[in-house]
Amino acid sequence: MINLKDLKKTIFESQVWRSIFRHDYADTPRNRTLQVMSNVWMHLHPPKIRRHAIRVRFTWCMGGITFLLFLVLTVTGVVLMFYYRPVAEYAYADMKYLQFDVPFGMLMRNMHRWAAHGMVLTVWLHMFRVFMTGSYKSPREFNWVVGVLLLTLTLLLSFTGYLLPWDQLSIWAVTVGTNMARATPLLGHEGPFAQVVGVTPRYDARAFLLGGTIVGPPTLLRFYVLHCIFLPILASLLMIVHFWRIRKDGGISGPV
Amino acid sequence: MAEAPGRAAVAEKAKAAPFKAKIKPIEDKIHCWPYLVRSEFVCSVIIMVVLMVWSIYINAPMEEPANPTNTPNPSKAPWYFLGLQEMLVYFDPWMAGVVLPTLIIVGLMVIPFIDVNPKGNGYYTFEERKFAITMFLIGFLVLWTSLIVTGVFLRGPGWNLFWPWEVWDPHKVVALTNVDLPYWGPFKYLGNPKVFGVELVGLTAITIYFALGVAFWFWKSKTSPTLQELGPIRYGIVASLVLTMMGLPIKMFLRIAFNIKYIWVTPWFNI
Ligand code: HEM
Repeated sequence: MINLKDLKKTIFESQVWRSIFRHDYADTPRNRTLQVMSNVWMHLHPPKIRRHAIRVRFTWCMGGITFLLFLVLTVTGVVLMFYYRPVAEYAYADMKYLQFDVPFGMLMRNMHRWAAHGMVLTVWLHMFRVFMTGSYKSPREFNWVVGVLLLTLTLLLSFTGYLLPWDQLSIWAVTVGTNMARATPLLGHEGPFAQVVGVTPRYDARAFLLGGTIVGPPTLLRFYVLHCIFLPILASLLMIVHFWRIRKDGGISGPV
Repeated sequence: MAEAPGRAAVAEKAKAAPFKAKIKPIEDKIHCWPYLVRSEFVCSVIIMVVLMVWSIYINAPMEEPANPTNTPNPSKAPWYFLGLQEMLVYFDPWMAGVVLPTLIIVGLMVIPFIDVNPKGNGYYTFEERKFAITMFLIGFLVLWTSLIVTGVFLRGPGWNLFWPWEVWDPHKVVALTNVDLPYWGPFKYLGNPKVFGVELVGLTAITIYFALGVAFWFWKSKTSPTLQELGPIRYGIVASLVLTMMGLPIKMFLRIAFNIKYIWVTPWFNI
């Protein structure tokens, strides 16, 4: 049997290893802190947290998983953007191209789709756990409000993305979804008090959203821009606030 | 500013009463590196593997090209919005599609400001916040989830109900026997009284419903410390949100049990 200790010694003390890494990582409290403090990415974390905060049983990891899925969506989304054109004549063909011709195109598309569904689920579960642990209570009131905005943005991101394949499923789902806008009180042409404001089918809340009276090419472009630029930037900004506030509010909540 | 002393008193009381945490507080702190970072890493790897395998085996749906002249029956919104689409059965679009979703979002946002109970902050407990948790479970688990499940699995052509094992029959005819409240049961003998075209039966019913909230305040606020802590404004918000939320199951019940369509018909909108 190979002696692991000896093997480790042979590798870590070899000339090659030593030429790359001058000295090894000493597991001291100071170094543990530095690992976090002097690394821009790790710096999201505080150096130390209360022990109960890392229990899966407490947070269900749901906020973290939501964030991970958001990152997956950003990466796969950028890949899809290389191939996809938000023009009614091309959009469907580009999807087919991704599906059949682009190397790993289908995998990218699938991952993007399933991660999006997953994110809706995990963000709901995250909200559920935050409610059940009462973590929205003082001093975390504001972070809960930011969270609700993030939840809304997550749904809007999912919804705007749903249109982009430009197939039967997407245009009709979006038609059903946006039809409600025509019933907006005051601002939709079929809503209560529409006559008072004088909105028409061509000039009301829904037409503003769709860029016309039906889900057509202008809608595709609008949803594309919202989906790929406006909503992700907004969500990222709010996530920055969300994470920053977790630290400023004294870390993950816990029994006093 | 007026509420500052109230807040302080609440906090004072919280300190006096011992918390009954299920998970006992652990005072010691641990380093994020390696303990937290390690579990984050393991968790990410697991999620990524599951997502990859899932994506390799299950393809995202893709149907025929978009065709504005061919409406599928049923046309369903994405699953996470089917709760809203399902509410369309019971309410008009301005209510189900605009007012109720707005109230859900606003209602969620105000939760931290209307829940003045200082207990149950940072640990799981049902005992110490029975009302808050019950309401949240009714709204989130019972109503929201069951509406989505109904919308995803039980709705077929014509938005009719089908069991999962039933064949979707696009020509299924369901008798439309719904009546509005003023024409139903005992109310039809009142002759549908109106003022300026506004039905009085529905107006009265809805006014009584929301007046219940006001009546409860006058009945209990003198004796209930919880209500005193809440104060009239917060109580008003809680009561309106709760009554509006419970309006959905009530309307569902009226529709399913008595075929009642609208409670209140006005020239501008119907409820
Ligand atoms: C894109 C969506 C979101 C992301 C990426 C996100 C991320 C996170 C992360 C990573 C945490 C750390 C603790 C944990 O993992 O549970 C957290 C905590 C928290 N989140 Fe979110 N979150 C999101 C949405 C929400 C929503 C929808 C709500 C509530 C409505 C919310 C409210 C909170 C609160 C109050 C905390 C502090 C919890 C505590 O101290 O115990 N977040 N979030």
